[in-house]
Amino acid sequence: MDAKKELQVSAIENGTVIDHIPAEYLFQVINILGLDNCNNSVTFGNNLESKILGKKAIIKIADKFFEDDEINKISLIAPHAKLNIIKDYQVVEKKIVESPDKVIGIAKCMNPKCITNVEEVTTRFKVIDKTPITLKCHYCEKITDHKHIEIM
Amino acid sequence: MDNKSLVSIDDYTKEEILEVLARAAEFEKNPNCNLLEGKVVASLFFEPSTRTRLSFETAISRMGGKIVGFTDSSSSSVTKGETLKDTTKMVSNYCDLVVMRHPIEGSARYASEVSDVPVINAGDGANQHPTQTMLDLYSIYKTQGTLENLNIFMVGDLKYGRTVHSLLMAMSHFNPTFHFIAPKELEIPLAYKIFMDKNNINYHEHTEFNDIINDADILYMTRVQRERFADPLEYEKVKNVYILKNDMLENTRDNLRILHPLPRVNEIAVDVDANPKAYYFQQALNGVYARQAIIAKALDL
Repeated sequence: MDAKKELQVSAIENGTVIDHIPAEYLFQVINILGLDNCNNSVTFGNNLESKILGKKAIIKIADKFFEDDEINKISLIAPHAKLNIIKDYQVVEKKIVESPDKVIGIAKCMNPKCITNVEEVTTRFKVIDKTPITLKCHYCEKITDHKHIEIM
Repeated sequence: MDNKSLVSIDDYTKEEILEVLARAAEFEKNPNCNLLEGKVVASLFFEPSTRTRLSFETAISRMGGKIVGFTDSSSSSVTKGETLKDTTKMVSNYCDLVVMRHPIEGSARYASEVSDVPVINAGDGANQHPTQTMLDLYSIYKTQGTLENLNIFMVGDLKYGRTVHSLLMAMSHFNPTFHFIAPKELEIPLAYKIFMDKNNINYHEHTEFNDIINDADILYMTRVQRERFADPLEYEKVKNVYILKNDMLENTRDNLRILHPLPRVNEIAVDVDANPKAYYFQQALNGVYARQAIIAKALDL
């Protein structure tokens, strides 16, 4: 049996824990979810040991429960992220992040000649493949593959 | 904002393509009409394209409409730094329809979203040029009597040629067999091969330009452009391989027609022009009728 490890980020009573975020994307995940403007208590750890990712990040947000489409936005950069819904210190539900069908205003089109890179236009993509995630620009119709996805 | 715009050839269903072609045939019989009487069409050419612009302006004039606009961005407020959004918003207040040519990809889709009136894309960079595709389809339809089950041969620059890609997408509704003849460097992109595989469309790739064209119903020629090659030696190697000469047409089908989006440089020898199978100049004229039909559809006329 596993020895109960000491928690590297302290537990929350109620709220959401987002685990298995790639360490380099922690702050982008915070951005995408708008946690920088959130009044709830937010604790996070970065560069923690992970068997899957090598280094991972974890975020715990007290008293906050996300809508699915809100949380799915992070699938672009954290496809393996897992959510634990906490009530009274207990995990009452586990969720995995799913790729959305559309991506609006998060990613950058990789085509330098695209209008979204020339003028202030909110980017819009159709997700044409989910593994690995592949985006088709609504405007210039070019493909941005997962290696070239850049988060704004 | 509206669905009357024509930005990409995918905006038309198969039924709509056929509807517009039938309409184009009517305009060919009676090109002059008053459908656009009292209407103002803005012709916004952010980069020069004389051929396309004259074709549109002829279409609008024959329908009795008035034209406002500019022929390149140096004579517009763009030089003062106005955004496409502001130009489009302002102009769409004045007119009933916008025809737009712009060097930036996706600009037409964006303009159609900020405009209060329909936008017809007259080319957005290397992305889409749907009215060219409609005139290609009309030319095929007219000369073959159908769009179904044809052998379409495409020759030259199949990698960068947007007319090739849009025609391929549009023809995919009609069970074609494609033959692609191009140097390795300019072969049809993978994305289109995946598209054809998914849609069970027969296609064959060739690097030799020879008597395989004897099976063709349509021979769609394009220009191999020097600037597409990273290595000038590669260009020198292929530049004279994809030239159509009159003697190559000897054993081709009687119904074969040769199309080219123009301008041509040397890829079709001048001696082909006199051959009844040469169709590229009539093809350009068909553009006026196709554009009349597209304009009428955009305005529900």
